[in-house]
Amino acid sequence: MNLMMLLEMAAEGMGDRVAVVGGDQRLTYGELFEAAGRAAARLQASDAEHLAILDTSSPALPVAVFAAAWAGKPFVPLNYRLTGAELENLLAQVTPGQLVTDAERVESLAGLDGLEVFGRDDFLAGARDSGGASLEREWSMDPEEIAILLFTSGTTGPPKAAVIRHKHLVSYILTSVEFMSADESDAALVCVPPYHIAGMAAIASSVYSGRRIVQLANFSPEAWLDLARAEAVTNAFVVPTMLARIVELVEERGGADLPHLRALSYGGGKMPQSVIERALELFPNANFANAYGLTETSSTLSILGPDDHRAAVTSDDPKVRRRLVSVGQPLPSIEVEIRDEEGNALGPNERGEIYVRGEQVSGEYLGKGSRVLEDGFFPTRDGGSLDDEGYLFIEGRIDDIIVRGGENISPGEIEDVLLEHEALADAAVVGLPDEQWGEKVVAAVVCKAGQDASEAELQQWVKDRLRSSRTPESFAFWEELPYNETGKLVRRTVRARLLAG
Amino acid sequence: MAVLKAGTRLKSAVCSTEVMVVAAPKDEVEVTCGGAALLELGADAPGGGSADGEGEGTQIGKRYVNEAGDLEILCTKPGEGSLAAGGALLTIKGAKPLPSSD
Repeated sequence: MNLMMLLEMAAEGMGDRVAVVGGDQRLTYGELFEAAGRAAARLQASDAEHLAILDTSSPALPVAVFAAAWAGKPFVPLNYRLTGAELENLLAQVTPGQLVTDAERVESLAGLDGLEVFGRDDFLAGARDSGGASLEREWSMDPEEIAILLFTSGTTGPPKAAVIRHKHLVSYILTSVEFMSADESDAALVCVPPYHIAGMAAIASSVYSGRRIVQLANFSPEAWLDLARAEAVTNAFVVPTMLARIVELVEERGGADLPHLRALSYGGGKMPQSVIERALELFPNANFANAYGLTETSSTLSILGPDDHRAAVTSDDPKVRRRLVSVGQPLPSIEVEIRDEEGNALGPNERGEIYVRGEQVSGEYLGKGSRVLEDGFFPTRDGGSLDDEGYLFIEGRIDDIIVRGGENISPGEIEDVLLEHEALADAAVVGLPDEQWGEKVVAAVVCKAGQDASEAELQQWVKDRLRSSRTPESFAFWEELPYNETGKLVRRTVRARLLAG
Repeated sequence: MAVLKAGTRLKSAVCSTEVMVVAAPKDEVEVTCGGAALLELGADAPGGGSADGEGEGTQIGKRYVNEAGDLEILCTKPGEGSLAAGGALLTIKGAKPLPSSD
């Protein structure tokens, strides 16, 4: 198995379709295949052991992904927002290697030992030069070879590299996407950065389904709406913070004017219920899908599909309504189990840690080995539960659980209650060190514009709905909460700010 | 006859068909295309068999399964010959579309 098989099939079956649109560049599947072959030849002729990219999305990205697969070297998308020591640390891990980056960085990085640095445009021009040599039309078929090394976002610690082998990503695509199932006019707007697993999965699934990739390098709600309209985009994936900003702008403008948009999927973090409810109203013709997945599982594990969304919104049954904040049911190729701290399987509606099993699950970190258990299950470190019909509810990272006087408290549960308060726009609950209890529960909240709530009122609100041990001891009122660029709440920053007072 | 392994790529001896094994039974099985046994992707075609046997040939991207459901073959390159196992033609596996999530 090799990712290249997916592109080879696309080039064979629909070579003249446009594969990717970025800026003023367009490549068909046939052109993408040829460009990958030339970039692969350049990679194999060098001493490089990795092909890394430190850049926003551009057509150079899919060329590099497949060139690396063709040449049998790991592809490594790096976070282009990093600077200084953090970046140097990551770059050291991809030497010897080839690096594709933006024009501004080429000069400053060109002097580094063991790195052959290309500007994005030069890399692409070289790959598209029909006079350039290509590798032979064959690649390793060893499914164990590494396709991608992806440094995880590390909201709780320093980044580590998840190892995604060809067998993981190819199984994910073969079990979840039908070849050439997209219409020739279908287009997917991809605005997640290359170093996000959803960005990698979008390339593989779009290529296999024959859906044109429309790249948005830097997200803003204005640019997203403009590009979606200009390219008649039919499918899009956004993280919750992006959807929140799109919803705000569309409300301001009094309409989205996106007649072609058919499918809007979201994931990568917790979606506030008010945002998704407003989005459903603003995009009545779009099918909504909520995807839950991890870097370590080659993207999507479970999906709340369009029918689930409609059923939840129109139901009078609170159990069904609640599913709007679930992540739906696992993919047919994925098994999910909820287990307690000792690893014993739990029943429906019992809360524990989410374990997953399936061919797309890697669960491995570079130099640290695999965390997959002997029975094939991978402990995700996410807390959650399954309801009677197998809908999966996520409650946040196990490592974020607050232990107060021996009681395990899930911050997500308290945050959900706080967000039901009409004055609050956002809420984060964390544990801070406490002499008496070990940890104490503290909240940081953001009020809606023009609204107000007192600490005493909010404490009473939580106490009335949960027990008193779960009531935050104090509240901080902030203008906004710290999110990373892919929409994840950065709890360590919340903690640090609260500790600093 | 051979024990097939998921991920293995094979080609037809009589037409342009190429496939990848997605799932295979534990026991030996002979998979043919156009009546002749499939070959390793890199092998030389020895001839024999016919591209115009029964069946409708292979279509790219389609998955072919046996009746028992333990053999699944993905067509990565189409051809005139039809796939069969143990003498019975394989059939196209129906697609169960999932909502697009990425």
